[in-house]
Amino acid sequence: MAAAAAGAGSGAWAAQEKQFPPALLSFFIYNPRFGPREGEEENKILFYHPNEVEKNEKIRNVGLCEAIVQFTRTFSPSKPAKSLHTQKNRQFFNEPEENFWMVMVVRNPIIEKQSKDGKPIIEYQEEELLDKVYSSVLQQCYSMYKLFNGTFLKAMEDGGVKLLKERLEKFFHRYLQTLHLQSCDLLDIFGGISFFPLDKMTYLKIQSFINRMEESLNIVKYTAFLYNDQLIWSGLEQDDMRILYKYLTTSLFPRHIEPELAGRDSPIRAEMPGNLQHYGRFLTGPLNLNDPDAKCRFPKIFVNTDDTYEELHLIVYKAMSAAVCFMIDASNQPTLDFCRRLDSIVGPQLTVLASDICEQFNINKRMSGSEKEPQFKFIYFNHMNLAEKSTVHMRKTPSVSLTSVHPDLMKILGDINSDFTRVDEDEEIIVKAMSDYWVVGKKSDRRELYVILNQKNANLIEVNEEVKKLCATQFNNIFFLD
Amino acid sequence: MGEEDYYLELCERPVQFEKANPVNCVFFDEANKQVFAVRSGGATGVVVKGPDDRNPISFRMDDKGEVKCIKFSLENKILAVQRTSKTVDFCNFIPDNSQLEYTQECKTKNANILGFCWTSSTEIVFITDQGIEFYQVLPEKRSLKLLKSHNLNVNWYMYCPESAVILLSTTVLENVLQPFHFRAGTMSKLPKFEIELPAAPKSTKPSLSERDIAMATIYGQLYVLFLRHHSRTSNSTGAEVVLYHLPREGACKKMHILKLNRTGKFALNVVDNLVVVHHQDTETSVIFDLKLRGEFDGSVTFHHPVLPARSIQPYQIPIAGKTGSAEESVLPFHHVAGFTMIFGSYLWNLQVKLEPIVNLLPDKGRLMDFLLQRKECKMVILSVCSQMLSESDRASLPVIATVFDKLNHEYKKYLDAEQSYAMAVEAGQSRSSPLLKRPVRTQAVLDQSDVYTHVLSAFVEKKEMPHKFVIAVLMEYIRSLNQFQIAVQHYLHELVIKTLVQHNLFYMLHQFLQYHVLSDSKPLACLLLSLESFYPPAHQLSLDMLKRLSTANDEIVEVLLSKHQVLAALRFIRGIGGHDNISARKFLDAAKQTEDNMLFYTIFRFFEQRNQRLRGSPNFTPGEHCEEHVAFFKQIFGDQALMRPTTF
Repeated sequence: MAAAAAGAGSGAWAAQEKQFPPALLSFFIYNPRFGPREGEEENKILFYHPNEVEKNEKIRNVGLCEAIVQFTRTFSPSKPAKSLHTQKNRQFFNEPEENFWMVMVVRNPIIEKQSKDGKPIIEYQEEELLDKVYSSVLQQCYSMYKLFNGTFLKAMEDGGVKLLKERLEKFFHRYLQTLHLQSCDLLDIFGGISFFPLDKMTYLKIQSFINRMEESLNIVKYTAFLYNDQLIWSGLEQDDMRILYKYLTTSLFPRHIEPELAGRDSPIRAEMPGNLQHYGRFLTGPLNLNDPDAKCRFPKIFVNTDDTYEELHLIVYKAMSAAVCFMIDASNQPTLDFCRRLDSIVGPQLTVLASDICEQFNINKRMSGSEKEPQFKFIYFNHMNLAEKSTVHMRKTPSVSLTSVHPDLMKILGDINSDFTRVDEDEEIIVKAMSDYWVVGKKSDRRELYVILNQKNANLIEVNEEVKKLCATQFNNIFFLD
Repeated sequence: MGEEDYYLELCERPVQFEKANPVNCVFFDEANKQVFAVRSGGATGVVVKGPDDRNPISFRMDDKGEVKCIKFSLENKILAVQRTSKTVDFCNFIPDNSQLEYTQECKTKNANILGFCWTSSTEIVFITDQGIEFYQVLPEKRSLKLLKSHNLNVNWYMYCPESAVILLSTTVLENVLQPFHFRAGTMSKLPKFEIELPAAPKSTKPSLSERDIAMATIYGQLYVLFLRHHSRTSNSTGAEVVLYHLPREGACKKMHILKLNRTGKFALNVVDNLVVVHHQDTETSVIFDLKLRGEFDGSVTFHHPVLPARSIQPYQIPIAGKTGSAEESVLPFHHVAGFTMIFGSYLWNLQVKLEPIVNLLPDKGRLMDFLLQRKECKMVILSVCSQMLSESDRASLPVIATVFDKLNHEYKKYLDAEQSYAMAVEAGQSRSSPLLKRPVRTQAVLDQSDVYTHVLSAFVEKKEMPHKFVIAVLMEYIRSLNQFQIAVQHYLHELVIKTLVQHNLFYMLHQFLQYHVLSDSKPLACLLLSLESFYPPAHQLSLDMLKRLSTANDEIVEVLLSKHQVLAALRFIRGIGGHDNISARKFLDAAKQTEDNMLFYTIFRFFEQRNQRLRGSPNFTPGEHCEEHVAFFKQIFGDQALMRPTTF
């Protein structure tokens, strides 16, 4: 057990101070093999954001990154540099495929102060950003690209550099706008999946439903089932599910929230195909099944890119809070007839199942007496199944993930996580933070738990007891060492 | 029509008797299912054969005139012979009792005896045209004692031995039926009821014929079956069998109508709770099952034949003397009585063959409902299950689910009955109490081990089966068991795991375990441990499971030590308060193996402190066999590092 006191964030902001959160300065992808000779450097660049930057500057920046990576490689051949710290910004490097480099440059947060003579003084906060958080964000960028486009190499095989550039441009142009660098935190490191708690019987009913659907819609290759934006079943492998889950919960579902909240009789709802038998509808694909010209185009996704390299259509269908992802091989083009059949088979059954789950969930909640919000703020993550649970974060919205605690505390969590990464053994770290806050980190057999406590005048022993209590109530059914 | 198609057959070993002829009279007693062959009024011998009797009874009696009726009492104790219309003669067949005949005349004057029925081994009922007389036979005294009698005009009577009910036909139209029930010396009159006769042309007088009435116990309930012939004036498309339910108490009620959709001559049998109706013109039969869903019109349920009409499987009678070469094929359709069939000089039991029905009833749900009610259903049901999982006859998952649900519904009913019996016994109710009966396990109770052994274990071995289907079926069975709140046996879980592992579907396995679909058990935890090299997270899953079991703390320590997590093992055992009883040597061995000197120091110090606390000295006792470790400690850290005994 290690205890340390961190006097993080004294939090006395003068009224004249202005704060600027971290921001994306530039983002580029290059391959040094594509322009090895002098004068051909431009060929190395596959994507550059912002595009408006003058050509020579692009080449300079890429060249600098190349040089840094090459230089650091001499010290550590297997682990080249991951990031570069400067006063104004931080650069993150990632080589997701051989010789393909992705670089993200993030500007440090700024505090703008008013000097006595009225001139603004800009202060860069060099130590605020956590390397692991933004390295993870950069890796996620690649995973998301790969999910919808396949690997860089595949694009090269299919249509050479031209095609790759087109795909990168098309994807990242939109995707980069959705990066909210100011609200990235520990959860981005984990990239976890929130699982929906469920009793055995209801879970088996869902299993039975999925198996029947895969049988009746015989072209379905994989199925995933979610409720309340939480995962219940994945037919995909873990890594593919991880990024698909990220897409569903941070992009697709939030975009469709409004019509659902609008209720059945509202004007927004009326625009959707009215179906009296069930609440099912497509989140991807045709909007109105009665329209004979409805387009049956579904997003394509790429999974198992390491071995079988499968290309699939992603059909997301939802009834009330239950969402099912049907993935069918890209060689089968789903027709409107297929969509209608799917709607007529899945819709009614999913509607019933969704209300079953809701009912059962409420019963279980009442029985376990966990209706009240736990008074502990904690984040739990299990590396083995990627299960993640947070009482720190509010509901995710498409724009930002809101936390209910001070950013300084979140930073302490990130620091503890970095400490955990350095050693393999189980350990525990207790930090006394500002204004009666305590932060406890525990690591046991590939599981991590972070607890934030706020108790007046608590001492180390009391804090330790509190955490034990939390473990006994929340995690009594797993092997979690005290 | 292939042989597979017949669903009715005659039993293998018929009762064979001498054909009726002027000197040989043949009688059949339905109560004991015995055939009597009486030669020359008994003077040259009486031979009695039953369906199960290997040894026929034969005896001689004096020829005192033509025998009208002859029957043994239950257990063959007393023989009753009717030779005149006024009297019945008796003869004891009890050892040490006189075998001299004695006679009883009916009490009612001017009455004629229509017949008699034994209701127990010593109780007999005479039915006369003017009423009934209930007697007790006193074999030692060679006399009878009248217990009770009742006067009414009787046209004909009918007796149902299983329920000990006699039905008397009264009134001019013969259609008012008066039932009597007999039990241990008492005779009770049940409410009479009227059979509605079909409208008939005015020229003919309608009446209820004895031939159109039968009594039978079906699913434990007594019914009067009335064969209502097709009448040209009504709109009905054919003859019907109307079933009147005759309850122990209360009035008789019309409950079921079996639609025959044919006209002509019929005969009825009840076999294995099925009503079998034979149609003479086509020489075919149909069966009805009252438990299968019919059309209910608010008061009566209408039933249609379960299966298309078929003949009874032809029976080959070997002709004596010509072994095998000449065989006579017979269609035994001359006389149908009760649930036996008599043809020529043979008496058969009618049997239902279940195997052919499997292919005649395409609706698997209905098929299961039907089979689960049959006596000899187990192997057939198991073969239906195997068939629906086979490559060629594969059923859809909803159908498979329905079949599993029906099986488990029966299974659960039995488990519940067993449990309430066990609880009643525990609560101290006497075993002899008539209310407390150990539930009978019928063949319809198919438990997990039956399904595993005969269906699932072979099914998962089939290489050609897509693994998705295999897993879906296993999960469907587990779902069904859970739905009926039946605890799932670990071998089913192992089957799921084995299948998933075979196809490298570890992530699926992980998810199942995460939701506790596969119940915790030590064998399962050990199986998971063995999977660690293929799937590292299995280690964590296994430890979690051992922890939840809360009886596997030793195993947890072993697992941690084997992973060289000595400190974690020690902290765990301390956390559950077991650190005073662990072997110091085991932990020191493990610590030494890690080649981490500081870890060894920590562990060594922990046990020194334990020794100090428990025995007042930090030294190890010889029984702990830690000399080697003490020497190792001294070698690395020096003598002075050893803990000194503290004295107070």
